[in-house]
Amino acid sequence: MSDIAYVAEGRTMVVRSLRLSLRNVDSLITALALPVMLMLMFVYLFGGAIHTGTRYVDYVVPGVLLVCVGFGAATTAVTVSHDMTSGIIDRFRSMDVRAEALINGHVISSVARNMASALLVVAVAVAIGFRPHGSPGGWLEAVCILALYVLAISWFAAAIGIVVRSPEAAQGITFLVSFLPYPSSAFVPIHTMPPALQSFAHNQPVTAVADTLRPLLNGAPAGAAAWHAIAWSVAILVASVALAGALFRRRLS
Amino acid sequence: MTPHTAIEAKDVTKSFGATRVLDGVDLCVEQGTVFALLGPNGAGKTTTVKILGTLLVPDRGQATVAGHDVVGERHEVRRRISLTGQYAALDELQTGAENLEMMARLRRLPGRTARVRARELLEQFDLTEAADRRVERYSGGMRRRLDLAASLIDRPEVIFLDEPTTGLDPRSRQSMWALVTGLADSGVTVLLTTQYLEEADQLADRIAVLDGGRIVAEGTADELKERVGGSRLELELGDSEAFEEIWERVGRGALRADRPSLTISVATDGGAGEVRALLDELDPDRVRIRRFSVETASLDDVFIALTGHHTPTTESEAVYV
Repeated sequence: MSDIAYVAEGRTMVVRSLRLSLRNVDSLITALALPVMLMLMFVYLFGGAIHTGTRYVDYVVPGVLLVCVGFGAATTAVTVSHDMTSGIIDRFRSMDVRAEALINGHVISSVARNMASALLVVAVAVAIGFRPHGSPGGWLEAVCILALYVLAISWFAAAIGIVVRSPEAAQGITFLVSFLPYPSSAFVPIHTMPPALQSFAHNQPVTAVADTLRPLLNGAPAGAAAWHAIAWSVAILVASVALAGALFRRRLS
Repeated sequence: MTPHTAIEAKDVTKSFGATRVLDGVDLCVEQGTVFALLGPNGAGKTTTVKILGTLLVPDRGQATVAGHDVVGERHEVRRRISLTGQYAALDELQTGAENLEMMARLRRLPGRTARVRARELLEQFDLTEAADRRVERYSGGMRRRLDLAASLIDRPEVIFLDEPTTGLDPRSRQSMWALVTGLADSGVTVLLTTQYLEEADQLADRIAVLDGGRIVAEGTADELKERVGGSRLELELGDSEAFEEIWERVGRGALRADRPSLTISVATDGGAGEVRALLDELDPDRVRIRRFSVETASLDDVFIALTGHHTPTTESEAVYV
């Protein structure tokens, strides 16, 4: 197959996945409602009781961002699983569509969807008093770090979507991924947690990403945390792409 | 393999875990003909189609489709075939036109050509009015038509249809039959699977009966019918007492016996002499048999005779002997 044909096939699959996302009313409503609900809940219900040394809204924006995009990226497992368990996978394979093009379509669409969701989170935050002081360069860096994380989690979810037996089972992974920000620095400072939980919280990707985004949005340099965040995302991405490829071949032999 | 052979399979065997699904299947389908693989659920029909369609690799044996090996040259094969599975392979959230355009793009047609081809097919399959409606709002018959249209985008040489009419109402089934007949007339080779004897009879030039992963018979519909004597005598009994009595007398000669409707079928050559003798032998007092008729043997009878069990589509209160 020529390079041009590869690109054309990839583009066709991205268009397909974007269209399917935009028309899936249930998940679209969830994607729009979740950022608003979470932001209001954390700032107005829990925020008063949590002491972070800063205004809570300034602290919590990365946390809400990571819950929303984590959940959104994890739904890639559901869309991939839907394709794998409906008749369409056989049609695509008998048409010689590459597995990479199919999965990539879902992943790219997930990144687009979740970056839009992230924009909504920030808009809601600003509406309730978040006043970020980050420089344009800092913001750009934050956007890239977040996009890389979404890309990694989407690929991870895609690998899960290939291996599970039904879209309902794939739903389980969305719960797991959206829970990951709670035992991290995203909502409360880690030193307030029990020791066992502290060591977990210090060594998981959400803490690294949250600790990178928070200073960048508020006008401070991210320091070593940025490298941790990049390392985590790249590691998850590489492992997931390899895993997805292997699982795809095994599932369909 | 002659140049006129579209599909050839030799000793194709496939197991899933400890279950042997196909056990040495041999097939030969001539170019431009319709071939039906007839069998009950679990006979191995879908597995056969998936192997011939390059989606599964056989454990043993080999197969060529459109002149290419389904394992070693699967990309060559894929360029020349289309495969339509049991469940409509379409995106529910895309419209009929969008689905077809997507398939056309994946078949490497440029944008404009893809749009034109999609409209052509929608018209050919009587879906122009529904073109811009999402597939989730299509009826079962419309989905199958769109699915079949999607498989024709690239004018394949060989078309595999896995149970194309399962679950359709009689009218939609008729229209699918007409479409398949039309395909055959245009010169493509069609291999379809079915549980419906009538469907194989109507559509196929040749039929292979698949049971428990083996081909138990192959031939034209008429050849297969010949194997059970050509005709059957249908007897309708006066009451249940008469039914039991006659059934006992017929013994192993019965093709089937249905208690609720008090009917028994007996194989016969259909000649007047034999039918008269049978009636006299079974009912010498001429009071038990209320009515009789002589019917041409159906494929259903063939199936029972060949496999010792009936097909799922003839499920009834009938007792098969």
